[in-house]
Amino acid sequence: MPLTLPDTLGGKPKCYLLRPVTFLLIMLVLVFFGAGFLSPRSPVLWSRRAGAGEAGRESVGLQVVKLSRMVYPQPKVLKPSRKDVLVLTPWLAPIIWEATFNTDILNEQFRLQNATIGITVFAIKKYVVFLKLFLETAEQHFMVGHRVNYYVFTDRPADVPHVPLGEGRQMVVLEVPASARWQDVSMNRMEMISSFCEQRFLREVDFLVCADVDMKFRDHVGVEILSQLFGTLHPGYYRASREAFPYERRPQSQAHIPRDQGDFYYMGAFFGGSVSEVYRLTKACHQAIVADRANGVEAVWHDESHLNRYLLDHKPTKVLSPEYMWDEKLLGWPAIMRKLRYVAVPKNHREIRNR
Amino acid sequence: MRRHRLAIGLGVCLLVGTVLCTLWVYVEDWLPVSYVPYYLPCPEILLLFRGTVTHHTLRSTHSPLPAGQLHCIWASAGRTGYYEKQRPHHLADSRDGSNMKLQYKGEKLFQPVAQSRYPQPKLLEQRPTELLTLTPWLAPIVSEGTFNAELLQHIYQPLNLTIGLTVFAVGKYTHFVQHFLESAERFFMHGYRVCYYVFTDDPTAIPQVPLGPGRRLGIIPIQRHSRWEEISTRRMEIISQHIAKRAHQEVDYLFCVDVDMVFRNPWGPETLGDLVAAIHPGYYAVPRQQFPYERRHVSTAFVADGEGDFYYGGAVFGGRVANVYEFTRGCHMAILADKANGIMAAWQEESHLNRRFISHKPSKVLSPEYLWDDRKRQPPSLKLIRFSTLDKDTSWLRS
Repeated sequence: MPLTLPDTLGGKPKCYLLRPVTFLLIMLVLVFFGAGFLSPRSPVLWSRRAGAGEAGRESVGLQVVKLSRMVYPQPKVLKPSRKDVLVLTPWLAPIIWEATFNTDILNEQFRLQNATIGITVFAIKKYVVFLKLFLETAEQHFMVGHRVNYYVFTDRPADVPHVPLGEGRQMVVLEVPASARWQDVSMNRMEMISSFCEQRFLREVDFLVCADVDMKFRDHVGVEILSQLFGTLHPGYYRASREAFPYERRPQSQAHIPRDQGDFYYMGAFFGGSVSEVYRLTKACHQAIVADRANGVEAVWHDESHLNRYLLDHKPTKVLSPEYMWDEKLLGWPAIMRKLRYVAVPKNHREIRNR
Repeated sequence: MRRHRLAIGLGVCLLVGTVLCTLWVYVEDWLPVSYVPYYLPCPEILLLFRGTVTHHTLRSTHSPLPAGQLHCIWASAGRTGYYEKQRPHHLADSRDGSNMKLQYKGEKLFQPVAQSRYPQPKLLEQRPTELLTLTPWLAPIVSEGTFNAELLQHIYQPLNLTIGLTVFAVGKYTHFVQHFLESAERFFMHGYRVCYYVFTDDPTAIPQVPLGPGRRLGIIPIQRHSRWEEISTRRMEIISQHIAKRAHQEVDYLFCVDVDMVFRNPWGPETLGDLVAAIHPGYYAVPRQQFPYERRHVSTAFVADGEGDFYYGGAVFGGRVANVYEFTRGCHMAILADKANGIMAAWQEESHLNRRFISHKPSKVLSPEYLWDDRKRQPPSLKLIRFSTLDKDTSWLRS
């Protein structure tokens, strides 16, 4: 039979109160801290979720992050970093040349946001032979220290070499059909990249770089290239005037650019940006290619012509100098190129195309 | 009865716990100092960062950036003054208004640029006397000749942006408002929607200046303080509170400038960026050891000898309204921490601004053309002075 307790506490031994009070306090503490850690706005959990979550992706690279104390030489207002080249486009996008940037500051800015960079490469038919060198050199020079996902599009997944990858780096092999003509292989890349953007890239990476496979990395290619949308200057035309650019000049094509227009001639072999911008670019280019096909027209430099049209209308937020796209055999090593970062691998065109 | 008591006790404790954890979640920056009232956020702020539903189906090539989920963790300055939790938050598309309680105006970049005729950029150029045009972290340094104003106009005009401009006109500084606003009407962001926010202790002293279409003036009364340093340091707090209460809904970008200045030449969309700072005209040619940073270790604005990029002027800063909010709040927290230690930085909020710009690098830097001192001789490297001081008798003004 339960004892009835009198209302007053007078005369009760003190230890009687101790138990419920202690229990109360423990409950309070547990609820308090439990909620603090389990709450969806908890910063501890959040940093993990933001890395994996979709919505955090959009803003990576655009955030202002807090940097730790760093030691580096002072930038001098009256001393331009490069006097021989243009480092800023008329729409205020940086043109990336050696000596214009400090790798340490940029690395920290992107590491703090835990940026993941995806790189797409197409190894269709015989082009699989280029994969090994591409991947090995990428492991040494491309976005070292950051999280990287290699997306290898191929019709021969069995021929994809096993290259040991560093920490935080992984490879995804995506099997895709091959077209008969090399021109179609090149142009279909736009469609494939745009569809995979929706399917995968949006969720998995923050930035996407679309690169040609018949190349190798020879020097540092890092986070300095990352921004919302970037294109690379074609090494054969960085000195040329716009009338000489090999734009598509026929008005029937969607890629048509008149002779008095154009900023630069961008190369189709290296472009990228945030996933949403790359999606927009590849989708627009693909639609333009389809429209051209319907009109029985094929742009003179295929997807590269369409890329140039797009980048004329949608100015890139960063432009990479030809250091990021070079062919030493064809062009030598002029003094203006302080580094050759991403270079062509010699290949026999007749042998390799259409096989 | 004993069990009843226990049950009641449990119930009470659960209730208290829930209340406390709700408080914890919403009041994360609760600091054990006596200045608590200054940063207990006003209720509107809680709604500021509520998110929308994600949608990741990108519809058309020309649709604006997809409205992502707005995750905002409350940033808090730690007890020691400088720990910041960074969080991803970005602007929701204003078209998704149905999902949002309060929203920032949408981010709409990358619309196709209407074709305009302009000369081809020359990639290989020898230019003898030139300013640095790119910081080591790849932020453009804007000066005349680095950009094509017409091209930028083509890019930014279709975005329908609204730009805010805050000035403080306290005490005798109200005398500057007329000239300031007239010059702003001529040169500041011509062709865009502009909101001037004039903070003053005497709203009647603010003159009626005729404004162009799409431009309006808001006069916000503030409290006057006896010491001018106090007025100066309070600006960060007032700006951040104003953004939370009002500006985040009204403008996309916000600039915070001094009132005792005039616009002398066009100030346009070349200045727009995520976080914008301006180089102080007195120190752009000087080594960092001579920058007038706060050098006392006890201050939160302390900058060591080997640190620093440029000495930025406190008279001009700005950027996207969300980033300006974070920036001013961060400065304000640091100022308060200093206050708790009984210290005021060498150049008041300019010292804190400089400290913060070292660790939170601006995405765009304005050359001294955008913040000039008319008492100095204009050097040939600065081609077009756009915003400069008005000669004034500071002792009279500050009395």
